[in-house]
Amino acid sequence: MIDIILSALVNLLTGWHLFYMMVGVFVGLIIGILPGLGSIAGMSILLPFVYGMDPVSALGMLIGLLAVVPTGDTFTSILMGIPGGAASQATILDGFPMAKRGEAARALSAAFFSSMVGGIVGALVLSVFVVIARPVILAFSSAELFMLTVLGLSMVGVLAGSSLLKGLLSCGIGLLLGCVGAAPATSEWRLVLGTEYLIDGIPIVVMALGIFAIPEIVDLLRHNTAISTTSRLGSGWIQGIKDTIKHWGLVLRCSAIGCVIGAMPGLGGSVADWLAYGHVVQIAKDKENFGKGDVRGVLAPESANNSVQGGALIPTILFGIPGSGSTAIFLGGMILLGMQPGITMVEQRLDLVYTIIWSLAIANVLGAGLCIVISPFVARLTTLPYAYIAPFMLMIIFFAAYQATTDWGDILTLLGIGVLGIYMRRFGWPRPPLLIGFVLAKGAETYLYQAIQFHEWSWLWRPGVLIIAAFTILSVWIGARYGRPGIDEGGESGKVRKIWPQTLFGLFVAIAFAYGIQDSLKQSYLAQIFPLGLSLSALGGALVVLAMVLWGPRVSRVVFDTESDSPADMLPIEHYLLWLAGLIGVSAVTGFLIGLGIFFLAFLHVKAQAPPLRNLVLTASAMAFLVAMSYVFVLDFPGGLLQSYFDLPWPLR
Amino acid sequence: MTVVSRRKALCAAVALIGLALPGTAAAADFSGKTIEFTIPFTTGGGSDVWARFFAPLIAAELPGKPTIVVKNVGGGGSITGTNQFAARAKPDGLAILGTSASTQFPFMLDDPRVRYDYKNLIPIMLSPTGGVVYINPSLGVQGAKDIGKAKGKEMKYGSQGPTSLDLVPLLAFEILELDVKPVFGMPGRGEGRLAFERGEALIDYQTSSAYLRNVVPLVKANKAVPLFSWGTTNDKGEMVRDPTFPDLPHFEEAYVMAYGKKPSGPAYEAFKSFVIAGYAAQKPLFLPKGTSKDIIDTYVAAIDRVVKKPDFKDKAGDEIGEYTQHVGAAAERTFNVALNIEPSAKEWVKNWLKTKYNVKLGE
Repeated sequence: MIDIILSALVNLLTGWHLFYMMVGVFVGLIIGILPGLGSIAGMSILLPFVYGMDPVSALGMLIGLLAVVPTGDTFTSILMGIPGGAASQATILDGFPMAKRGEAARALSAAFFSSMVGGIVGALVLSVFVVIARPVILAFSSAELFMLTVLGLSMVGVLAGSSLLKGLLSCGIGLLLGCVGAAPATSEWRLVLGTEYLIDGIPIVVMALGIFAIPEIVDLLRHNTAISTTSRLGSGWIQGIKDTIKHWGLVLRCSAIGCVIGAMPGLGGSVADWLAYGHVVQIAKDKENFGKGDVRGVLAPESANNSVQGGALIPTILFGIPGSGSTAIFLGGMILLGMQPGITMVEQRLDLVYTIIWSLAIANVLGAGLCIVISPFVARLTTLPYAYIAPFMLMIIFFAAYQATTDWGDILTLLGIGVLGIYMRRFGWPRPPLLIGFVLAKGAETYLYQAIQFHEWSWLWRPGVLIIAAFTILSVWIGARYGRPGIDEGGESGKVRKIWPQTLFGLFVAIAFAYGIQDSLKQSYLAQIFPLGLSLSALGGALVVLAMVLWGPRVSRVVFDTESDSPADMLPIEHYLLWLAGLIGVSAVTGFLIGLGIFFLAFLHVKAQAPPLRNLVLTASAMAFLVAMSYVFVLDFPGGLLQSYFDLPWPLR
Repeated sequence: MTVVSRRKALCAAVALIGLALPGTAAAADFSGKTIEFTIPFTTGGGSDVWARFFAPLIAAELPGKPTIVVKNVGGGGSITGTNQFAARAKPDGLAILGTSASTQFPFMLDDPRVRYDYKNLIPIMLSPTGGVVYINPSLGVQGAKDIGKAKGKEMKYGSQGPTSLDLVPLLAFEILELDVKPVFGMPGRGEGRLAFERGEALIDYQTSSAYLRNVVPLVKANKAVPLFSWGTTNDKGEMVRDPTFPDLPHFEEAYVMAYGKKPSGPAYEAFKSFVIAGYAAQKPLFLPKGTSKDIIDTYVAAIDRVVKKPDFKDKAGDEIGEYTQHVGAAAERTFNVALNIEPSAKEWVKNWLKTKYNVKLGE
């Protein structure tokens, strides 16, 4: 056994094997840094080269990528408040405030260092459990998985911000959005608004970018400065590492959370960072700094999102069942290499299994090291005037969203969710509960239905269910004991002058739930019970909020509007929404590539007041980047009216 | 508008010149060209791996050694990408399409989202696969002949959904009059197998490669009893035993062993069409209709060389290589058997899906 482990290591470090792993790490970092693009996009770049490669090089390359994407994701989450990928959403909550405060270096080094620890823990767990995990994974039936989603949903309590009611309603909106698409039990189409696009549900990347990135971009544009006021990252590199060491217990616990979530097929890695974040907020005695830049809020999700990969590889290797979206593609890569994941692989090709494990560990160290090396350069972006950054960010997030399913629907949904995110932010509706509800909705409904189908109600007494239920009660109790943190974003309720804007938004929420009721009444019993129950109770809550806004005291936890204390000379939010709508409107006529070019020229001219030459150079480089992406991803851009009349050559097609 | 018509006129003129020029009818040559291989699924799935395996092999055999790139257009359970291909692909040999059972089934069931017609696609290769149904030994069933013993006992089955590839096993259980209660919402067949291993599901099936890898060990440990394979079609389009499982009866044989007569009726007619569309013709490769005979012949010859190479089976591994690939006329013959579903059988399935599983296609 030991000799297999060591020879796998030696083999990996000799010849071209290490080089190919570096290629994977490099691609993974770039993909990670680009917001919205995750390991799935990265895998689709590398997969064409895998066929015909020797297995050790190819495994190293794919694992190299898989391992570092969640490390690279951290950059935009911390520096720009834009999720680098689906797995780095929770990092924003405390990482971005730290960067704004001038502690970017500390936040980044804490993130990279804890990512590395998480990744190594993941590799260790994988190396032990790949041999013995079979009964453990088999012990998690649909009933236990349902209880895990309940545990996840219980985190909403501590992430709700100052108004618990609005937090719960946010979670309700997320659950409702998660119900969009084919119902798990009957495949009936729910809440699809008559479109074909929504039948598949809303892609998680589109959701994360819409809810966090668009509001942040609009907000930064309105302030019209650089993200960071100082040109330095701040001195805090050592501090970040010290933070990680000081909170070693937390880092290890969150790594364990990541492994467990990753190892459960069907829960998906994007739950792990939220669970870890919820965990740290729940157990902390002093919660007041969460959401304002507490380093523990960075350590928890970052250690969890790297350890997920190690966990997710357990069922992938043992059962041939992927534990996450990216391991699903890794599975495809293994099959292309002629490997057959499953118990026979563990029994007969242990050398390959240990190649995977070593690659995971080494790539995590390399990834964290490289991130530290390149961060001064990446961080310099935050000192540029934001009007120059914004069009590039918009270009990348629209591209990333479009990459989700290559449909116009991706772009329109991104805009729609973005508008929702903007107004939730403005009126003090916390966004993290929405995402938790969204990522857990399908699992909660499916596993509850399956548990009842398989076991009727006796599933409630399964030992695993009772243990997770005890955990849930304990964590809610601990969370409640020390009170809730103030994860709100500025604005005070007492100063609110105009009440109609948030009345309108409350009305919109109520209408959404009313639509949920109306839509579910058309479905058969099994498809309607979950959205109907949810919509009925949430509609009640929404009406209470409306009543409190309209007739309740002006100083309350419910009344909230960031616009009440914004300077009078600041352009309204809607001004920038019109710019976004303009980009999409023009693209609908000219196709996305030309539309984006026009948007760039106009935006840089009007908003950044760029000199013509600089404007042209920047626009041209943006177009060149998009064309390169279109080539790499073998992808046509969304077409407009122009393309429907004329048969244009690539890349305008 | 004038611009459009002028453009059309120009196209027509160019086309006329092209026709008038000698030599255009010569064998297709793809040097320096890039061929787009549309796969209506996202990266990493079974169809994607299949396409990425074949793409370089076919490219190397086509005259002029073009580059073949796999273009993933996911969404709509593969309907979206296939619609797009049907609407846009030009018959110039530079656009090919690979579909799967989940593209074929909605077409056969008249799903309103489908805007492609398989009559407008020319199958040039078919990659078959198979599947094996197995049962928990606690039911006392030792093989196909005792299937009757399981009658009247409620068995759970972890399923991906009634209109997925699971339609075939659900039809099989219906014809065998077994009381199988599917539990829907499984993300993949692997999860269904886990439910079987836990003892939650008492009956299950896996496609061939997954069966060989993950169920054969269960059979050896007496935790699963194989009942029958789906079978496959021979060159005449008739059902025969699956060559991967020569010792297992195919479905029709199993029915005869259990009940002493051949299965019949609309359910069985439908089953025959769906089992071919789902397994024997699972992954077809198409050129768009209107493609010239030269290009078709060039492709067929190239693919024929690919699959006849002595090391093809080794390279393909057991994911693809267990079965003989149908090329050219054989592909067309098998595919037509699948798609020529009897109207009465089709109506029966649609009605059965509606009454039994509440599937209302397009609502």
